[in-house]
Formats: sequence, structure tokens, C-alpha cells
Amino acid sequence: MNTSMTLLVVAVLAVIGFYLGRKRALVAADGLPARLHSLPSYYGYYVAIWCGLPTLALFAGWLILQPIIVDGLVIGALPAAQQNLPTERLGLLLNDIRNIARGEAASESTPMLLAAARHYNALTGLGHWMLAACALSLAAVGLVVARNRVAPGLRVRNAVERVLMGGLILASLLAILTTIGIVASLLFESLRFFEKVPFWEFLFGIKWSPQTALRADQVGQSGSFGAIPIFAGTAHITLIAMVVAVPVGLFSAIYLSEFANPRLRATIKPIMEVLAGIPTVVYGFFAALTVAPVIRDAGELVGLSVASESALAAGVVMGVMIIPFVSSLSDDVIMAVPQSLREGSYGLGATKAETVRNVIIPAALPGIVGAVLLAVSRAIGETMIVVMAAGLAANLTANPFEAVTTVTVQIVTLLVGDQEFDSAKTLAAFALGLVLFVFTLCLNVIALRFVRKYREKYE
Amino acid sequence: MGNGQASGARAAVPVSSIARTVESGLRRRHAAELRLKIYGIAAIGFALLALAVLLASVAAKGYTAFQQTYIAVDVHFDREKIDPEGTGKTDDLLRGDYEGLARAAIRGAFLAVKGRRDRRALGKLLSSGAGDKLRRMVVDNPKLVGTRRRVWLLASDEIDMLNKGYAKRNPDGSATKVSRKQVTWYDALAKNGAVERHFNWGFLSSGDSREPEQAGIWGAVVGSALTMIVTLLLAFPLGVAAAIYLQEFAPKNRWTDLIEVNINNLAAVPSIVFGLLGLAVILGFFGLPRSTPLVGGIVLALMTLPTVIIAGRAALMSVPPSIREAAHAIGASPAQVVFHHVLPLAMPGVLTGAIIGMSRALGETAPLLMIGMVAFIVDVPSSFEDAATVLPVQVYIWADSPERGFEEKTAAATLVLLAFLLAMNAVAIFLRKKFERRW
Repeated sequence: MNTSMTLLVVAVLAVIGFYLGRKRALVAADGLPARLHSLPSYYGYYVAIWCGLPTLALFAGWLILQPIIVDGLVIGALPAAQQNLPTERLGLLLNDIRNIARGEAASESTPMLLAAARHYNALTGLGHWMLAACALSLAAVGLVVARNRVAPGLRVRNAVERVLMGGLILASLLAILTTIGIVASLLFESLRFFEKVPFWEFLFGIKWSPQTALRADQVGQSGSFGAIPIFAGTAHITLIAMVVAVPVGLFSAIYLSEFANPRLRATIKPIMEVLAGIPTVVYGFFAALTVAPVIRDAGELVGLSVASESALAAGVVMGVMIIPFVSSLSDDVIMAVPQSLREGSYGLGATKAETVRNVIIPAALPGIVGAVLLAVSRAIGETMIVVMAAGLAANLTANPFEAVTTVTVQIVTLLVGDQEFDSAKTLAAFALGLVLFVFTLCLNVIALRFVRKYREKYE
Repeated sequence: MGNGQASGARAAVPVSSIARTVESGLRRRHAAELRLKIYGIAAIGFALLALAVLLASVAAKGYTAFQQTYIAVDVHFDREKIDPEGTGKTDDLLRGDYEGLARAAIRGAFLAVKGRRDRRALGKLLSSGAGDKLRRMVVDNPKLVGTRRRVWLLASDEIDMLNKGYAKRNPDGSATKVSRKQVTWYDALAKNGAVERHFNWGFLSSGDSREPEQAGIWGAVVGSALTMIVTLLLAFPLGVAAAIYLQEFAPKNRWTDLIEVNINNLAAVPSIVFGLLGLAVILGFFGLPRSTPLVGGIVLALMTLPTVIIAGRAALMSVPPSIREAAHAIGASPAQVVFHHVLPLAMPGVLTGAIIGMSRALGETAPLLMIGMVAFIVDVPSSFEDAATVLPVQVYIWADSPERGFEEKTAAATLVLLAFLLAMNAVAIFLRKKFERRW
């Protein structure tokens, strides 16, 4: 019996439990719901929870523990020579066994591995049968016990609501768990990377060529992991994007909030926000196949040599993508400037433009700075546009017509395709991811603080 | 304002002089106002123009992919090649040499062509998958064996590009990727009306392929659908539950503050970081299978969760306190107040937020690259644990392919993706317009 089938049966039992519980409560109350402490359906939920929840917990625990136990037993049954392999080799061996057991391709299949795979399958099957038996009996016991406890005076609503509240709290803790998961996985893999490559060399080295050789005698066998060219490239493209996005976003926000009539505003705003809804891979396609050739041809016309994967193409398209972030966030803060400030300025005889320049912008500045910082963080973390339109070569250059690479591009190229576990190359991606995460997190925290402070000022 | 003249016109100077000074400055000040307006209009114009160019360039590149070039040839359904033993069983029929039939058919149209090399070049006019159609015809109707019939067969990518005008004709008679002789044959066929473009059903109904003319998006569409189902099943209930707790029940203390800050920050974490999380934790630690909709859906669910929570809280917040108070007054428990009264009223807003989150997840590519959903997969996935790819990743894979034929396929896949997103957003707007209540 496979696990999903077992789960289904448990679910059916829980539903049956619901009806049994409700019926028993009604019978016990002589068909008068008013005699019950709680609504009749709560008695049903009570039985269903007793039937399903402990079983689910058993399931989760079992499914986490079973692979560990099975792995241990399978390794224990291997010949002694294999058991004494170093941990990483043993892991690879186990991987092969699992693949054979699933009927997938493995890197080698010796009789020993085949036997181990059969053993593995037998143990797994046995485990699943035992799980099914335990789960079903637990569910049945829960059902019967809970049903027998149902009585008109039983405060089931309180019990059911406590479980409900527990579920709600667990769901809201998931966000924290996600953060912990991100930080832990990035830190853990990065620490392993920094065992191989010194921290300072990574952060301040100026040569990036992550190709580690397969053979010891290969040329350039030790990759170098100086990330400065990557950081510079990221900054470069982000700067270009901001040069496009900030003026365009800001001026359109000012126009829409101060000059445009409400009808125009109501039409233009959603259309501009479409820009934010277009998938980034579409921008990447646009940058690589439409914008980059145009820029290259234009450059050739005036006698400039432009790389076909120039920083300019990726940066400009990224800027276009970010326009709605800047414009709608600045629009919000401009709209939040109290009307009295505007009217005071008009009363002194200032024109609208003078009011914008001398009153509104200074008043909204913290919010606008926050918006720009959020946009910068968005640009730094953006992946698909640069993967498709920016280069791979880690050039340290300020020329926007040359190819540069970014943190996200490097993460993708290091991790997509065949991976060697534990190689510095793979781990480098996590170190870059850590830098990316920490940097964007700081930007976000600062930006949100700016925005919040500003809001408090006028509320 | 604040520039010289006003302070120069202090006290003793007659009023008319002030008026003159103001007058003289007015023109400049109005010009500045006009300039600011023009900047604003130019900025909006730039943004709208960029959007229009983007959409127009994708549409212009992509619409041709919905048609594919076919060549009509007289096919002899030769018993020798299909079913030499004459059993007539479907299994045997499936095994026939249909590619050979297709090649023989096109050779039949140019009997004058001799020589191995030329004949092979002639065969290259047809797609390597041209025989599939013949196989399907024979299996559907075994009586065809032994007959002759005029059939429209799929042309190769190079001929398709020539037909659509993407391949440049060179002065020496050849064209991009097509030899001079092939161009002559093609022109002869075209003159006889044996070249036509038909609607490209294969593009909508088949999986990926190395050959642009046979590549389709159905595999990616199904992969996207499976992934979105997982995302929806996880992100929606968990997100709504978290929103309910934080908005309705959570005490105001350090912990809930931490959760709140945390959610706001998670919403701004770059999507690729979620991919790294998926790679290290979901694939590495929990050992779920790579490249599958299951893992993709979990990663995207974690990514969309903050969006759903934030939207859900906003929707719950917009339900007026009087509803809660009225429910409390008739004796509902706090949980009943929320689940029986507040949540149903907030549902349209919650759903709108969830759909917007889902549409973002549908367009997301980067985290899925990390968990190996970029593999080349021909088969249409049929379960949550089959290797699969999704629409945006398919766009990425095709955009990376060197064949010219994939450029239009990429754009066409983009159009399909945008159509799905448009539909989702339209549903969201509809829900909001239909059920939104002003309290």
C-alpha cells in the first residue's frame, strides 16, 4: 500500500468520524442541539481531529525517519570495504543504490549494488506497509476513543478552536522558518566554500574564473574566486537601470499626481503597472533579441565597437522593468503629502512647478529615497534579464558597451547543468547568494525604515 | 520664489514696481512649469512606448510560429515498407519505415534528381518528423496500406524559414542554410502550389523537440499547470491562515512584530535566493526528486506566500469592526467571528491577492532554473513527480537555442504565457469589480 493511498484512507476515516461524532452528539442530546455545549458540527470536527491529527503527525515523523533508518540498514548490509569509505563516497554509493532501486540510470551497476538496491526496495516496501498498518490503527483508535468521549457537556468548541489556533500559528511561523531555511542553507554552504577559498580573497579578489580542472595537470587548474569584477558588473548594470528608471519613474509620478486630471491618471497608472507584471524572462528575450542588436548596429553606425551582450542593453531593459516600482511607490508618497502644504505654497503665489520643487519633493524625499532603494534592491536581485542579455565574462570595466557579468548570472551559470558536489565552483554560487541576500536585505530594511519614518511624520 | 527680485522690492519701492518685477519673472516661471510638464509627459510617453515596443516586437516575431510550412507530395503507402509481413496488427504498423515513405514520396516529385548526395539534400526539404503523420494516418486507417494519396507533410525548419521570408536569399541562388539546389526544388514545388502554410496544431499540442518545426509548448503548459496546482494548494491555505492569525488574533508583542518584519522582508528577497533554498533544503536535505512540478511548486509557494499574506491582511483589515462587534454581540466565539463573518466578507480581496501572487509565480523563471527544471524534456508530464519544465523556462530554453526557427517559437511561447497572465489578471480585476464592497 503506498503512502498516498494510506493518506486517502485516513482522510476518509476522518470524514466518517465527523459524521459519527455529530450524530452521537445529537443522539445524546435527544435531538435538541440547544442541550449541547457547542454546535453539533463541532463534535464532528472533534472526532475528525482526533482521528486525523495524531495520524498525520505519525506520518510526518515516519517519513522523515524511515529513509535514515533504511539508509543505515542498507549501509550496514554492505561489505566492509564499502562501509569504510569516506562519507562523501558513501553518499555517492547510496545515491547509486537509490537510483537503481527506482529504476533510473546510475553511474555504475555492479552485482553488489544491485543486491543492495533490492535490499533497499524490500526495506522501503516493508516500511510503507508498517506505516500503513500503524497509521490506520491509530486513526481507528482515535476515532473510537473520541467518539466515546462525546457527551453533551463536553466543551468541544474550545478544544477544536485550540487546534485551529495552533494551525494558524504554525502557518504564520512558516515565514520565519523560510527565512531560517534561507539563512541556514546559504550560511552552511558558504562556510564550506570559505574553507576552500579564503573569505577576504573572495570578497576583494579581482580575478574571477571559477573553472576548476578535473585533472590535476590541467592548465589553470585552480579556479580563482575574486568576486570584485562580479560586484562591479552588478553595480554597473544596476546604475544603468537606475539612470533609466529613476528620472522616468519620478517624472511620471510627479506628472500623474500633480498635473494629470483624474481620468488620465486612472487610465495611465494601470497601463504602466502592466510593465511590472510582464515576466522577466520576456524582458530578457526582448533585451537579447531586440534591444541588443539595435544598440550594436547603432554603435557600429557611429564607429563604436559594441559587444553583442553589452551592459547597456541589459541595463536599459532592466530600467524599463523597474519604472513602475519607482513611479508607483513615489506616486504613493507624493499623494501622501498633506494637501495643506500644497495650498500653503499656492497661497504664497507659487506655481505648481515651484510647489513641486520647493515643497512636495523636499517633503516626500525620504519616501522617494526609500522607493529608489527598493528599486535598487530589485535590480540587483533581478536574474533573467541579465542571464539572457548580459555576458558571462567577468570583465572589470566601466565601458557600458562591453559585456559584464552579475552576481545572479554567475549563480545561474554555476548551478545550472552538471554539478559536482562539494566543488568550490558549486559552493561559490551559495557564497554569492549569501552576499546577494545580505545586501538586498540591508537595502530593504533601510528602505522600509525610510518609508515608515516618513509615514509617521504625516499621520 | 525665493530668488532675488522679491527681496529687492522691499518696503520703500512703489507697488507698481513690485508688480513689474513679478510680471517680468512670470514668463520664466511659466516656462519652468511647462518644462516640468513636458518632462512628465515625456517620461510617461517613454514608459508607454517601451511597453508598446516590447509587446509589438514579441507579437511581430511570434505570430508566424502559429503557422507552419507543409509540402504536398504523393505518398505511396508501400506495403513493403510499412508491414512487410502483412499482419495488419497495430504493433507492426507502428514499426513501419514511415520516414522512408516520406523521403521516397518527395523523391517521386523530382525523378530527375540522381546521386546520393542530391537525393539526400532533397529529402532534407521535409522535416525529420514528417513520417509521424503518415504513421498516424496508417494506424488510424490500416486500409491505406498499398494505396497512393496526396499528403501535406511537415517541411523542415530551413524550408519553413525560407517560406516565411526569414532566410535571406543570396545572389548565387542559395539562401541561409538552404543550398542552391534545394532553393530550386522549393521554388518548383511552390510554383506547383505544393507548398502551403497551415495552422500549427503541433505547436499547441506537442512537447519540446530539438527540431524547431516539431517543437511544441503543450509539455510546458502542463508542467506549468501542475506546478501552479502545488503552489496554489500550499500558498493559499497557509497564506490565508497566517494572514488571519496576524491580523485577527496575534497579540501585539515582540514576536508578532518579528514575524511581520520578516514577512515584509521575505516579499523583497530576490527570487533566485528561493531557488538556492530549494536546491539546498528541498532537494539536498529532504531529497525530493529534481526537476519536478512538486519541488517547483513548493519553491514558488514559499516565494508567493508573503504576497498572499500581505494581500490577505489588507483584505481582512478592510472589513469594518462593526461586523466583528455585531457577531461578538450575538455570542459568537472569536474563531466563529472570523471564520463565519469576517473571512467570507474578505474573500474577494483575499482571492484577488492570491491570483496576483499566482500570476507572478507563473511568470517566474530563476528559482526553477536552480532546481533543475531546465532539462530538455520531450514527454508531456503526467504527475507531480515527473520531470517537467514550465512555460517561462521553455521560453528561456528556446531563446538560448541557435536555430533561427526557435526565435519565432520563443516569441510565440511568450505570447501564450502573456495570454495566460492576462487571463489571470482579468479574473482578478473581475473579482474585485464584482464583489468589492465599499463599507
